[in-house]
Amino acid sequence: MIDWSGYIGLILQGALVTLQLTVLGSALAVVMAFTAGLARVSRSFAVRALATTYIEFFRGTSIFVQLFWVYFVLPFAGITLTPLQAGVLALGLNVGAYGAEVVRGAVKAIGREQREACIALNLTRYQSMRHIILPQALPLMLPTFCNNAIELLKGTAVVSLISLTDMTFQAQVVRAQTGNTLIPFTVILVLYFLMSWVISRSMRWLERRMTRGLDGVRG
Amino acid sequence: MEWDWNFVWQIMPTLLEGLKITLLATVLGAVVAAVVGLLFAILRLSAPKPIARVVGFLVEFIRGTPLLVQLYFIFYVLPDIGISLPALVAGVIGLGIHYGTYTAEVYRAGIENVPRGQWEAARATNLTLRQTWLHVILPQAIPPMIPALANYLIAMFKETPLLSAITVLELMNQAKSIANSNYRYIEPMTLVGVFFLIMSLISVVFLRWLEERYSRVEER
Repeated sequence: MIDWSGYIGLILQGALVTLQLTVLGSALAVVMAFTAGLARVSRSFAVRALATTYIEFFRGTSIFVQLFWVYFVLPFAGITLTPLQAGVLALGLNVGAYGAEVVRGAVKAIGREQREACIALNLTRYQSMRHIILPQALPLMLPTFCNNAIELLKGTAVVSLISLTDMTFQAQVVRAQTGNTLIPFTVILVLYFLMSWVISRSMRWLERRMTRGLDGVRG
Repeated sequence: MEWDWNFVWQIMPTLLEGLKITLLATVLGAVVAAVVGLLFAILRLSAPKPIARVVGFLVEFIRGTPLLVQLYFIFYVLPDIGISLPALVAGVIGLGIHYGTYTAEVYRAGIENVPRGQWEAARATNLTLRQTWLHVILPQAIPPMIPALANYLIAMFKETPLLSAITVLELMNQAKSIANSNYRYIEPMTLVGVFFLIMSLISVVFLRWLEERYSRVEER
């Protein structure tokens, strides 16, 4: 009979790393999404081109390839990252590119009359974006952001392949040490599912909160 | 370390060999995803309630967990209960089932978007159930689905490098083994990135064309 308590502890340690990656990666992704998304609706052609290149590049190649590139190729350029840093960087940039399109779509979806009203009231571009457009665009973004956050959580499994000791990596360790495959993999599948469930629940809560003040503004 | 073109040409045949497997896995995975997705969609739409519930939960579960872990599950756990699959087959099944849960939603939305009046008109003109599906519902439901399905095809193509984790010798795995045996990472890893970028840029153009072609049908 195998003593599972130690192994469960190992998997929980991995779960902590997975959580850490998800939170840090999401933070970077949100920053990138707003930066690149707003840059795509900029007036300057150069800024738009730069943002489009970033988005197309990161959406066009897979997270796996980006991660390996960051971890194995960047050191030759003199930038050596720990696996955690590489993971957060690759995940954040990748999901940020998807998020940028969401930001752009939501900002574009705000009606013309709102923009015209801003001009009529003599608001600066910054003011109208900050006080008129974004507060209305944010609730439109949240459902897709929720999906993106879950994609990011699922993406964290890939970092186990660059020897970061996340949940998937620990499950492999447990498999190697006990020879049992069913239990570790089932446990982490359930844990991943619970995490994604928590993400979707809390995003739904956030969505309700954000739309609270907007009753009657949109049909 | 410098970029070395000689090394690039030297490793190109091996990488192209890997690309072939990548494409094969994508195509086979797409076929499985299309069939599995249809099955999920039909079960959720028309099976008795308890079964529809269970299928619904299963779909949510598969969508909420990483493909990599599912691949490990298929490749390492199933042999314990006597089902031993070659790596490529396990990979194709994993890809197919994972993306099947996404295509199921596309099918469901497509079928539910056909207006009720069409069903009622089919009944009023005394068409059988089979005729209703084949001649009324599906011809209207399928064209709007095509861009969405193509989108998932591209997404799946970009996920195929995960198959290298279960020892399928696709593009990524070939690049890794070249990198490990030559101690050169820059060229193989960058080339894999370039391959994927080129393929997905081509597919983006193709997708735009599909969207234009099939959204027009809807407006008619």
